Amino acid sequence: MQKIEITDQDSLLKVRQIVHSLAREIGFGLVDQTRITTVASELTRNILLYAKKGHVEIYNINGSRIGLKMIFIDEGPGIDNIELAMKDGYTTSGGMGKGLPGSKRLMDEFYIESAPGKGAKVTVIKWLKG
Amino acid sequence: MAKIPILKLGSTLLVSIQTELHDRLASELQEEILASIEKNKSKAVIIDITALEIVDSFIGRMLTNTAEMAALMDAEVILVGISPAVAITLVELGMELKGVKTALDLESALEIINDNLSEENDADFFSSDPKSDDERDEN
Repeated sequence: MQKIEITDQDSLLKVRQIVHSLAREIGFGLVDQTRITTVASELTRNILLYAKKGHVEIYNINGSRIGLKMIFIDEGPGIDNIELAMKDGYTTSGGMGKGLPGSKRLMDEFYIESAPGKGAKVTVIKWLKG
Repeated sequence: MAKIPILKLGSTLLVSIQTELHDRLASELQEEILASIEKNKSKAVIIDITALEIVDSFIGRMLTNTAEMAALMDAEVILVGISPAVAITLVELGMELKGVKTALDLESALEIINDNLSEENDADFFSSDPKSDDERDEN
């Protein structure tokens, strides 16, 4: 497991770089490497936008199935309405509103745990097809 | 801070992004491109993203906005170097970069620009290519 603190713009580059090289190491093809790295970027930005800081835990899953798991955790204001946040084009930050729904489409598994005032925890997994 | 050079080729600007962009850098690049269009009275901007590992929603939006802003300044943006992986990811993410002109490589981008210039200059356009009369696209 690798843990990366998310605090500023440079965190975006650092998370992308570490996730990309792990995805490559695990054996994902170029398209999946790009999907996973893009999701890492989207979810890191979400933390910077909404919570200002947080961290990500990156796991190399190597059991009966092989995959890459990322857990993005922050202690920010949380998500008022998860259903609304998952709608394409919905944004409260002036962004595109693509971050969460887009990330869900790019990964195999996607879970959000959040409540107002309680921060947010977003877990995503991509499985290696084999 | 990494600088991204903006090269001038006649009335065209060439921007080859050779470093990964975080959001602040992407926003600064957008401003610099627009300032260069004004300063050089450029008609076209080729943005080469071959070296970018990913194009996420922020960078995608920056590229789309830059194209729209350039159009308001009477210049067109042509995006070059979108890899299959980036194209797939952008569409799945829900970012089709609508309204942004793309070309597969630098050469095709320059062809688009030359065609536009020759259409604009209603005068005879002399091509150095002797075959061009037969092969020139009617559109």
